[in-house]
Amino acid sequence: MIRVQQEDFDVGDELRQLRAAHPAIGAVVSFVGLVRDLNEGSSVLCMTLEHYPGMTEKSLQQIVAAAQQRWPLMGVRVIHRVGPLLPCEQIVLVAVASAHRGDAFAACEFIMDYLKTKAPFWKKEDTPAGSQWVDARESDDSAAARWGN
Amino acid sequence: MKCQILYFARMREVFATPAEEVALPDSVRTIADLLNWLRARGEPWCSELAAGKTFRVALNQEMASLDQMLTEAAEVAIFPPVTGG
Repeated sequence: MIRVQQEDFDVGDELRQLRAAHPAIGAVVSFVGLVRDLNEGSSVLCMTLEHYPGMTEKSLQQIVAAAQQRWPLMGVRVIHRVGPLLPCEQIVLVAVASAHRGDAFAACEFIMDYLKTKAPFWKKEDTPAGSQWVDARESDDSAAARWGN
Repeated sequence: MKCQILYFARMREVFATPAEEVALPDSVRTIADLLNWLRARGEPWCSELAAGKTFRVALNQEMASLDQMLTEAAEVAIFPPVTGG
């Protein structure tokens, strides 16, 4: 299940729905990304997430499909918010269910690493010194690359 | 052929438009040809899309390589490296 939305999400609700899908689920792993109030020394007043409607959803579906091919998963939920967000707000949820924890941990990390480098979202930060687009990080490319093809 | 070009994030601001429809001459066949055609407009395209600049191109909502062929009514998107998550 993949959603791109402005509204906030409730992690507890989402995990309950994920767990309910299959009685053989033994492991649920989740990641929540948050807006920090500090990026490279400037205070972040607001962060705006822009995206490419159409391609965003497709890209997330491809990433989740790739994870499902690699690991035996029993459910995946990805929610990514867009629009203006304040510090400490939730940006993204990736939650994965499987029979055993190894697959769930690996798939959750894989999905986040790929999302960071392939999904068409862009962040713009408003700071007291003005607005700036966040730069992509080499560490994100390295993180994605370690999963191989 | 006609194509729709979409711009996102900083590139949308620099080019001062989120999208444009272009009528391309027959000589423009690939993504690389399209970028050359845009650069030929002069500023800001020739600086923003210069060799060595970091940007990405998608064709019909899939990431594309420079040698990919354009098709009639293609949707091309040009944008900076992504920063989601």
